[in-house]
Amino acid sequence: MQIELRILRFDPERDRKPHEESYQVEAGPMDRVLDLLHKVKYEQDGTLTFRRSCAHGVCGSDAMLINGRNRLACKIRVDQLKGRRITVAPLPGLPVMKDLVVDMESFFAKFRSVQPYLQADDPDPERERRQSAEDREVFDDTTKCILCAACTTSCPSFWAQPSYVGPAAIVNAHRFIFDSRDDHAADRLDVLADGDGVWRCRTIFNCTDACPRGIHITQAILEVSSKIVEHHA
Amino acid sequence: MLFRYRGSEGMLAWAFHRISGVAVWAFILLHVFDIWLANVNPTLYNDLLSLYGSPAGRTVETALGAAVLYHALNGLRIIIMDFWPSTTRYHKQLWYANWVVFVVIGIPFVLQIMAPAFGLAAPFSFGG
Repeated sequence: MQIELRILRFDPERDRKPHEESYQVEAGPMDRVLDLLHKVKYEQDGTLTFRRSCAHGVCGSDAMLINGRNRLACKIRVDQLKGRRITVAPLPGLPVMKDLVVDMESFFAKFRSVQPYLQADDPDPERERRQSAEDREVFDDTTKCILCAACTTSCPSFWAQPSYVGPAAIVNAHRFIFDSRDDHAADRLDVLADGDGVWRCRTIFNCTDACPRGIHITQAILEVSSKIVEHHA
Repeated sequence: MLFRYRGSEGMLAWAFHRISGVAVWAFILLHVFDIWLANVNPTLYNDLLSLYGSPAGRTVETALGAAVLYHALNGLRIIIMDFWPSTTRYHKQLWYANWVVFVVIGIPFVLQIMAPAFGLAAPFSFGG
């Protein structure tokens, strides 16, 4: 079937502002939006620019705004979108570098700000740091993050206040705050208790809906909020 | 982006919460104004009250009641999720439950407020 692919394009060397361009692409129901983007790039317009790496929903490179929602282009199929017209735009709220490529630097700076790595004060053990299955279960959900930024850039609080640390950073903080082997949860809670931390969450659930890994992001944010209250009580 | 992003129930719940919050705030401003009017110009205050009692005024009062009720119920939904984060997994069901309670509580209020506008009931009378 013929699909009309409408892509929001922007070339900083030529355009003053982004504009939509339309492409007719032959596609099957099981084709993914990434396949359609490849067809446009390889067969119609080689200047179309977008990120993709693994192309199988693992690396998180090709998150973009597809039919008005943040999704991974390599995971969403034509039959799931219903209709013959598909719109594609870069992730909202981040500066566009070219076409579908956004500048992720501020996103990763926020990720780094929550110290997303294990910090244990006890001496290094001879072998691994052991953990019970129950203790691991507490933060299992938040280990799944692939840092695609679909969550953070779907959040109206982030659109209104770009300094908000955002759902992705909170999810990655959650992964270590609730890790029984880590000793520096308090440092992360201090970062997230800030005015640009967890309190900017308005329980809108766009992040949870957008997450291609199905992480219960709003739950993680509220668990961190409760931990902050507990910590400061 | 706010109007272009296709959020689901959670985004709608939030948008309605904001809109109803602003509506209630606007009513409070109006209320402060009319109470002030009672003191400085009682005749004008009485005229304003009769405007509130007109069909248009009653429609606005019904909308105000709806805004207050929605804001309160959704506020409870948010409080529940704040205290028990695992309930966020059922946020859509909680929102639909909100609407059921909204209709159940709302209908008697709508009837009470709107009926006199159609001559179906006498307005409340206080005192004599």
